[in-house]
Amino acid sequence: MLPIEVSKLQKNYGTLKAVDGIYFNVKEGEVFGLLGPNGAGKTTTIEIMEGLRARDGGDVEVLGLDPWKKGYDLHKKIGVIPQEFTFIEKTTPREAIVYYADLFNVKVNPDEILKDVLLEESAKTYFEDLSGGQKRKTGLALSLVNTPELLFLDEPTTGLDPNARRAIWDVIRGLKAKGKTIILTTHYLDEAQQLCDRVAIMDHGHIVALGTTEEIIQKHGSGERLEIHGSEKLAEYIRANTELLVDYNKARGEILIPLKKKIDALAALAAAEQSGMDWGQIQTRQDSLDDVFVKLVSEPLGEQGEVAIENSGKKKRRR
Amino acid sequence: MVSGRRIFADFKVFSRGFLRNKFGLFFGLIFPVILILLFGAIFSGGSSGTLYVYAQNRDNGSNGYSLSTTYLEAINKTETLQVITLENSVNFTTYMSQNSIENGLTIPEDFTVRYTTYQPVNVTVYTNPSGSTGGTVLGIIGAINNRFNLGAFNGSTLISITQQNVGSQESYIDFLVPGLIGFAILVNPMFSLVEISSQYKKNKLFKQLSLTPLTKIEWLTAKILWYIVLSSMSFLLMAAVGIFAFGANINLTVWLIPFLILGPMLFASLGMLVGTVTKNPETAGVIGNVVTFPMMFLSGTLFPIAFMPEYLQTFAHVLPLYYIVEGLNNVMVYQNYMAAVIDIAVIAILTLVVLVLAVKLFKWRED
Repeated sequence: MLPIEVSKLQKNYGTLKAVDGIYFNVKEGEVFGLLGPNGAGKTTTIEIMEGLRARDGGDVEVLGLDPWKKGYDLHKKIGVIPQEFTFIEKTTPREAIVYYADLFNVKVNPDEILKDVLLEESAKTYFEDLSGGQKRKTGLALSLVNTPELLFLDEPTTGLDPNARRAIWDVIRGLKAKGKTIILTTHYLDEAQQLCDRVAIMDHGHIVALGTTEEIIQKHGSGERLEIHGSEKLAEYIRANTELLVDYNKARGEILIPLKKKIDALAALAAAEQSGMDWGQIQTRQDSLDDVFVKLVSEPLGEQGEVAIENSGKKKRRR
Repeated sequence: MVSGRRIFADFKVFSRGFLRNKFGLFFGLIFPVILILLFGAIFSGGSSGTLYVYAQNRDNGSNGYSLSTTYLEAINKTETLQVITLENSVNFTTYMSQNSIENGLTIPEDFTVRYTTYQPVNVTVYTNPSGSTGGTVLGIIGAINNRFNLGAFNGSTLISITQQNVGSQESYIDFLVPGLIGFAILVNPMFSLVEISSQYKKNKLFKQLSLTPLTKIEWLTAKILWYIVLSSMSFLLMAAVGIFAFGANINLTVWLIPFLILGPMLFASLGMLVGTVTKNPETAGVIGNVVTFPMMFLSGTLFPIAFMPEYLQTFAHVLPLYYIVEGLNNVMVYQNYMAAVIDIAVIAILTLVVLVLAVKLFKWRED
């Protein structure tokens, strides 16, 4: 049994298909990322897995339980930080941990948990006076009180400054090292690349790519290409004198040549030299996760928090 | 299954949060005491109901003797009316209207002469028909006149009055203490639960709590318990101020316990119901006020509802707080426990209905 098994999952809000028949599994000890632009259906998917939302179709098993029907049992085994975690204002992180321990009827050492999430200095500060990063860490601390096997982190770093984000990443790496299975949503590509063993890229309720970031780049990226700074005339010359596919980017003054074999680069450069025309910088490049993401997803990434599902359900043309 | 441990854990966190919030503490405990001090001072303090009557004494007397002086002294002796004499040079009616004076009296020039020669004589009493004191002034001056009329003919009083109070000796403060205790029982749990249940819904705190073993019934129970504690503290404070500062004559018995338990239960549930059925904290606040304000003033909290016009008295009977204030009056002032039992029964049924509705409609998670 895998910690998470999702098949044909569907959720509609009115006529909008927020989640439209997706499949994926999460393996034990894995950090799995749900990546996608705002409104892609990440939060809906994660909330269905947490047992916070009912689904309209498909099967979901989390630790062998149906999260909606067996939510009460499931919640004792999982840890969750909802998006934009908040807590009772006049309560300190330490008191919050003791409160959760009482609710879960477990004995914990609050100081140890505070140490795990790098929050020792703020143990006695009221929640309302904590910084954004410290608030998120409090959420992480609370999600650990019941020593869960499985953690759900919904946009754990959205809206935080770079230092706070890195601090949260350290905490998440620490949890992974302890063997926890973690599923997180994010719309930061670097976060997914830094933390996740595997990612699923979601767009308009569909999973458009699934695998390790390398696999996704290989499968959906364009492969290696040669880029030569030069004129359009030079591009035409190379096209005429080699068997290569030659593309020209007018805006950047760049000749683009996809390389099937590495040796193709030599042929292209030989032709360029032969032409007698001027050419500048040369380099070979591969698509990054960013490039792949932009190709796969119909909307560019925004820096704002997740916006409620506001797009039409129709899938837009991929770029 | 309801767990006492979880209720206590939630109670601890909530009460601590409440006590750390100076604003909440002020409105929870201090504000009702300020109200009792304020209204107690206004209605039972120094003024003791003295009415001022401005008089112009034009009496010329007779052979150096002036009956009008004795007459005005007799009025002063009633202690209810206090005469303030104006100079004869003043234009009486102009002075009255310019100084917004409600009650006045003029004694004619031939007052002593006519009285001593057994001829009818007339004093003029000015009252303001829109004021509330005119009747009292007319009544008292009429009684003084009768005494002087009898005196002139050496008559004696045949019918006299012995005053007896009904039940205990109630004064305004005796009504004010139970009224304001009712006020505190309403206001604290009601406003607080409207706010937190709509706020927790908005910032998804309920969703978070639903991820713990805490159930919504346990959550509400913890809040109710806290407001029972707070209302009891508030009750003790107000009763102490009433008794020691104003000499309130109130009866403290175990019969008060059902009100101190059911009251916070009823209004905490009602607050949660309002917070649950409304879309956002702003609407919740408005609806909360619409429900709360009529109860705050029309349930006999600041004055007995008998002072109100009949249609408002009828309206008061649909306000849940009315039964709490009436019940507290029955216990604390009249010691009429049979009537209090009916109030308790009404409150218990209302509480049950509101509580069940609130818990049913209240959602931990969305679907």
